[in-house]
Amino acid sequence: MTSPDGNLFQQQEANRRRTTWLVIGFVLFFAWLGFGGDYIWALEGHHPFPWLGLAMATMALIGVRYAFKTGPEKVLWSTGATELIDPQTDAERQLANVVDEMAIAAGVPRPRVWIIPDDDPNAFATGHDLRDSHIAVTRGLLAICNRDELQGVIGHELGHVKNLDIRLMTLLAALVGAVLLARDGMGRMMGGGMPTRGGSRKSKNAGPLLATLIVLWLLSWILAPLVIQLLALAVGRGREYLADAMSAQFTRNPLALAAALAKIEAADAPTQAIKRGAAHLCIADPLGRRLTNSEGWLADRFATHPPMSMRISRLKGMGYAELKKAGQST
Amino acid sequence: MWVLLVLVVLVGLWMVSAYNGLISLKNQTANAFKQIDVQLKRRHDLIPNLVNAVKGAMDFEKSTLEAVIQARNQAVKVNASGAEGIKQISQAENALSGALSRLLVTVERYPQLKATGNIGQLQEELTSTENRIAFSRQLYNDTATQYNTKQQQFPTTLVAGLAHAEHTDLWEIEDQAERAVPQVDLTRR
Repeated sequence: MTSPDGNLFQQQEANRRRTTWLVIGFVLFFAWLGFGGDYIWALEGHHPFPWLGLAMATMALIGVRYAFKTGPEKVLWSTGATELIDPQTDAERQLANVVDEMAIAAGVPRPRVWIIPDDDPNAFATGHDLRDSHIAVTRGLLAICNRDELQGVIGHELGHVKNLDIRLMTLLAALVGAVLLARDGMGRMMGGGMPTRGGSRKSKNAGPLLATLIVLWLLSWILAPLVIQLLALAVGRGREYLADAMSAQFTRNPLALAAALAKIEAADAPTQAIKRGAAHLCIADPLGRRLTNSEGWLADRFATHPPMSMRISRLKGMGYAELKKAGQST
Repeated sequence: MWVLLVLVVLVGLWMVSAYNGLISLKNQTANAFKQIDVQLKRRHDLIPNLVNAVKGAMDFEKSTLEAVIQARNQAVKVNASGAEGIKQISQAENALSGALSRLLVTVERYPQLKATGNIGQLQEELTSTENRIAFSRQLYNDTATQYNTKQQQFPTTLVAGLAHAEHTDLWEIEDQAERAVPQVDLTRR
């Protein structure tokens, strides 16, 4: 079996680094939006003090901090999940037990468990670090999975937790939400048209430089949400494979996860409760996009999840290799 | 001269990181071992409840129940530490695992038992307990293997003495039935 063990610390380190870059990139982007505007105004002979830039940079800083702190809460809230504290039914008891077991297998503190009231099978993990992590599953998943398959799915989610994927992914989800909100608000303000009005005023060094600046600046504003969503895609499809492998390492039963993925794939209705912003967190793409199931350059860049058939065949490969090895040793 | 100094500093830095890596693995191994203890204790506490719950419904399988109780009491009594301790504990616990799995099989054989009262719930608890023990053992073995490999590998082996790293025994599976490959049935629900 391929052991992802050696990868773990590299992966954690890479995720910490990516999180830092994401924060820096986000703040810089907003600073550009702000200071760029100030610069354009200054070129047109307006007040020289960069109010807008300072305001935008501060807002971005506060926004990132807020997004990071409340990210897991917000993501869970947006799916309508309720925490499983006192299990009532057999299925809930089993879920609580399975999470306990897998937390032991993974050697991480027990995450908090949430149930999403949705009939489509899906699951995701969120949180800040190992000590503060959450796993949410839909009712649909509990309904179609047997114990072993549930173990596989929870193992996959704990793989994301242990890799610290959750930190990066949750921050990303929160930022996507924040940018969409900011765009809507700012769009309304800009409808009043401060840069567009600038054309009527003749300034001393107006020319190609100013024009390009204005165009660039406007484009940034329009493209902001797109850029952030591209970032969500850039975090890569590779980590799903890694989490699958980690699940196999925890359960020693890759075939059960393969069976669970096949079931999740078979019920391909979109998961209504999970919105676009949190899609990259899930075990299976909740939007049921067609891109997910194709190979190639385009899909590699624009789909958050690898094709299900590839994941299943890799897991089956692991499973058969394991059976073969066990068969030889006895 | 300078080259020598840089070399000494580099070697020193490497030693510190190798030493720390070994110590961290050592503590992880100890912690993983404690985790097995926690789970075994949990099982010992659960068994009396389980036996009480099925006693009335299972007059006819007295010997199976008694075997479980006896194995449990035996396992509670073992109180040893060190390499010899691991062997003793694992022997007693494996006997208990065997008795419990025979009980589970017995419960499976009588569907009317499962229907009565909370036996289904207890069955889930028992399955979970067995899984917890198996998984904590697995984590311990994985961590201990990593620790053993690290201290034997060159060049980390050079600082192994400094870190007081010692070979750690793995938790062996003695029961032949447990060693066998479980059948994977993908059609089952």
